[in-house]
Amino acid sequence: MSTTTTTPEPALGGAQGAVTPGPSVAGARPPRRGRRLIGIDSMGVGERILRYVLLVFVLFISIGPFLWQFSTSIKGSGEDIYTRTPSFVPAEPTFQNYVEVAQAIPVFGYIANSLVVAAIDVGGNVLFATLAGFAIARLRFRGRKVVLGLFLATLVLPGEVTIVSQFLTIRDLGLADTLLGVALPGMIAALNVLLMYNAFRQVPEEIDQAAVMDGANAWQRLVHIALPAVRGTIAVVAIFSFIGAWDDFLWPLIVLTTPDNFTLTIGLQYLSGTFGNDQRLVAAGTMIAFIPIAIVFGCLQRYFFKGLEEGGVKG
Amino acid sequence: MRATRSVTPWLFVAPALVWLLVFSLWPSLNTLRLAFTNASPLGGATEFVGLQNFETLLGDPQVWLALLNSVIYMAVCLPLLTLLPLLIATLVEKKLPGIAFFRTAFYTPVIASAVVVGLIWTWILDDRGIVNEMAQALQVVQGPLPFLTDRWLLLFSAISLTVWKGLGYYMIIYLAALGNVGRDLHEAAAIDGAGAVRRFWSVTVPGVRGTMTLIAILVCVSALRVFSELFILTNGTGGPGGQVQSLVMLIQQYARGFTGNIGYASALSLLLFAVTLVPMIALARINSKADR
Repeated sequence: MSTTTTTPEPALGGAQGAVTPGPSVAGARPPRRGRRLIGIDSMGVGERILRYVLLVFVLFISIGPFLWQFSTSIKGSGEDIYTRTPSFVPAEPTFQNYVEVAQAIPVFGYIANSLVVAAIDVGGNVLFATLAGFAIARLRFRGRKVVLGLFLATLVLPGEVTIVSQFLTIRDLGLADTLLGVALPGMIAALNVLLMYNAFRQVPEEIDQAAVMDGANAWQRLVHIALPAVRGTIAVVAIFSFIGAWDDFLWPLIVLTTPDNFTLTIGLQYLSGTFGNDQRLVAAGTMIAFIPIAIVFGCLQRYFFKGLEEGGVKG
Repeated sequence: MRATRSVTPWLFVAPALVWLLVFSLWPSLNTLRLAFTNASPLGGATEFVGLQNFETLLGDPQVWLALLNSVIYMAVCLPLLTLLPLLIATLVEKKLPGIAFFRTAFYTPVIASAVVVGLIWTWILDDRGIVNEMAQALQVVQGPLPFLTDRWLLLFSAISLTVWKGLGYYMIIYLAALGNVGRDLHEAAAIDGAGAVRRFWSVTVPGVRGTMTLIAILVCVSALRVFSELFILTNGTGGPGGQVQSLVMLIQQYARGFTGNIGYASALSLLLFAVTLVPMIALARINSKADR
């Protein structure tokens, strides 16, 4: 029995076409490897079983802790959670702990705060990283190389190195202890500009050239020609921005001081600091922070993995 | 492409460029300046103090402990996080039924906040948590192992958390690279009778060597930047006697509050930057030598 090989999905409209950037041989793109029969993929039953056994083993390691935490979060106060023979399935499942979290900390306020920060960062990155990435990849202007070099140079600079003086900048702008102060620096990330640059660079140049001949301006070329080809990478930028904003801990910890302004991660840390000896409560709190992002990711994972295969992170 | 003199390209890059200048370039230069001052988080008069912050830094035992912790962190993470994710990537590369589910599930620890996974591990490694209770039930140990209170165990607990959270992240990067490894090579090796293990070392690993260097650099740098894992597992204390801290934890402490010292925090930031450059340069050199 032999199955067909599967090269990575050929993404959207030849996005993987041009291997070399810049003015390469016009029109002559290397032929894409098609589907063909290859002996090596003919997998015996034994190998199949072995692979699934290993997959389930890794699955157990990667999501086991989340399931255990969820199990703890729905165990009632009558059930002993400190036992030599812990039961994975709660005796009497209850959502009482979730109710108690909401009474202990203003968890919905924290969720709202995190959503505000995430919305600003996702919107900013999708819009402005796309514009900048397109301009650097597709528009010719004096200083283009310098601009590209500046964005590349920031990659060797870990964010933590500048976090102190960044706080001073935010403070001087009068934004200390505000959600805008938390969101602002991450609103346009250099990495996202480079991801979009990389994606736009792979859009076949001939189509773009034809549009220029037809008198299309930069905006029209972006909206009608380039954008449809880089939707996958935009999805990746959006998802990365959302995760980054939702999960961030160090920066909001430095910027925020008033409990009402806390984002969810800071609120959680506060919860565990105050109610640390009630593991059921902490477990419910972590699940409140985790489940929304797991659902968002679960729904968008197809676009995410497809976008990554488009070549977003290969550069 | 025609060279335009129009302002349109500049309008397109302007917002991103402004952000780069305000939130990357300016803070970098400012950090360099602040490191030679006694600036305070609360504002007020700032004076230049010369090399004083750096003299304090060299004599600060906390800094040397943080550097030691970082080196250990890096030394353990580097081999584990360059190899294990590659093995997992080869496992999920084949399009078996249900593979999309496994890929997504393996990526789950990456999307969760470090705070969330830190709290989950705090419960798992608790004196009365599942690991200790099971180990005692199986009579592997007599009393609970102090995962969260012993200095070295704490460090290794944090490392295991970092490794666990990193598996999916690097798996995805390897997965993209594996798509480019020649099928023909695998085929030829298989025909020559090379087993799966042999093919892994002689075809897969050389095929993704460039990616492996990149990942090695990423692993080292992120090990040096570690913060949330240590902060959450030690509940913000830095472990017994503050011995399990990282440079970033020290920076965070000095960045805020009445006892804060922006000048000193900036000197620590420069040290952090210098330290992260070491693995970048070293690994890039090793790679370029191997190319020759």
